[in-house]
Amino acid sequence: MRKRLQNITSAINTLAALAALLILWQIVCVMGIVPGFMLPSPVQVARAFAGDFPLLMSHLRVTLTEAFAGLFCGVAFGFVMAVLMDRFDRLYKAFYPLVVLTQTVPAVAVAPLLVLWFGYEMMPKIILIVITTFFPVTVGVLTGLRSADRDTMNLLRSMGAGSFQIFRYVKLPGAMGQFFSSLRISAAYSVVGAVISEWLGGFNGLGVYMTRVKQAFAFDKMFAVIFLISVISLLLMKLVDFIQKKCMPWEDAHES
Amino acid sequence: MSELIVENVSKSYDGRKIIKNISLTLHEGELVSILGVSGGGKTTLFNVISGLTEPDEGRVFLDGEDITGKPGRISYMLQKDLLLPYRTVEDNVALPLLLRGEKKKAAREQVRPYFEEFGLEGTQKQYPAQLSGGMRQRAALMRTYMFSQNVALLDEPFSALDTITKSSMHGWYLNIMEKIRMSTLFITHDIDEAILLSDRICLLTGRPGEITEEIVIREPKPRRKDFNLTEEFLNYKREILAALDR
Repeated sequence: MRKRLQNITSAINTLAALAALLILWQIVCVMGIVPGFMLPSPVQVARAFAGDFPLLMSHLRVTLTEAFAGLFCGVAFGFVMAVLMDRFDRLYKAFYPLVVLTQTVPAVAVAPLLVLWFGYEMMPKIILIVITTFFPVTVGVLTGLRSADRDTMNLLRSMGAGSFQIFRYVKLPGAMGQFFSSLRISAAYSVVGAVISEWLGGFNGLGVYMTRVKQAFAFDKMFAVIFLISVISLLLMKLVDFIQKKCMPWEDAHES
Repeated sequence: MSELIVENVSKSYDGRKIIKNISLTLHEGELVSILGVSGGGKTTLFNVISGLTEPDEGRVFLDGEDITGKPGRISYMLQKDLLLPYRTVEDNVALPLLLRGEKKKAAREQVRPYFEEFGLEGTQKQYPAQLSGGMRQRAALMRTYMFSQNVALLDEPFSALDTITKSSMHGWYLNIMEKIRMSTLFITHDIDEAILLSDRICLLTGRPGEITEEIVIREPKPRRKDFNLTEEFLNYKREILAALDR
């Protein structure tokens, strides 16, 4: 009860700060401190958003499809990698440095290559998203699996548990918290990754829309699409939170 | 019938001998304490008996069967409850049955009648984090019991509890042992606790640890509530202190 109250008050504070910022921004624009063609006012952005709403939604559908497909494959891949590296120390020693290496290559640099190899359709975009999203999951889940309590594992062994049972009853559930933290990051990466890959080549999607309005110097539409992207990322992260709450009910359990 | 026999067990780590020539017998329904200072090799002995580590010398027998180095026959309970935080109490105590391959529903069905006996009624659907330290130890003991009704190893199970909780847990423990009659090997460094609960006390002393003395507590069970305030109790305590001094 008290926690809920705290949540509400903190939400009120955030909303108030946001509203103040928007009002300040509107004032700056109305008073002409920054020229209108460079910085559109919040009202203009809202108008642009409403005007292009159907178009934005159709692009959004493409971007989200890419993001979800990429996220799903990336998370699955990252998870399997983590489990294998935890199980086989050899694999860990061989592949972990390589996994880290993949993250030192900037996504923007790889995207044009992927376009050249796989064309302008979905494939190169999904691959790019997989590259950016698998990493947090691999690292998070691996850390979770490796931090399993030794005494607990020994106790289960004394009860005759095999290594798969120890994985199932101790390691895997123990890594859930880490998994969801990583998933939250990966979910945000997936949208950004999709947009970046669309910048560099494609026919549909919010990234393509972005390049088009940029070429037309339509700043209000630029802001509208940026706003949309961040809202979508935020919603995705909230969705992960929600799923986590459902999957880990013990997190809320405390001595009464 | 279940009888645990430990025969001449020795174990070294990194060239240093931890325990030497330990022999003891645990008869059916008996509670034998191993009393000694912390770090005196008690836990090493437990790991050998539970089969988690192979001894350098000696064997362990359960009901005549050689179980040396074979985990999965005797389970134990530690000072830390080691309940899985993401499973309800019910699913925690049912864990040994699940590990044996039973279905979840059948396992829950089987543990249900014991909740009342162990004083855990009403906690079935709660998570361990919702229980007090004493209740968590009850659940841990119940899980050990669900694993094996015959023999259990308890390694300082109550030593993390505050004195008041500990004393009430002793009462609870003596009471439940009257009902379930589980043969128990009990590690402790608490002399009072050892006298209060045990049928026999083995003193584990020296480095490497050896069993130097065995004291039989003749006070019949169930024990009087104020046994620890009697002259007999103090005599046992004197005897033990003298033996530890030697």
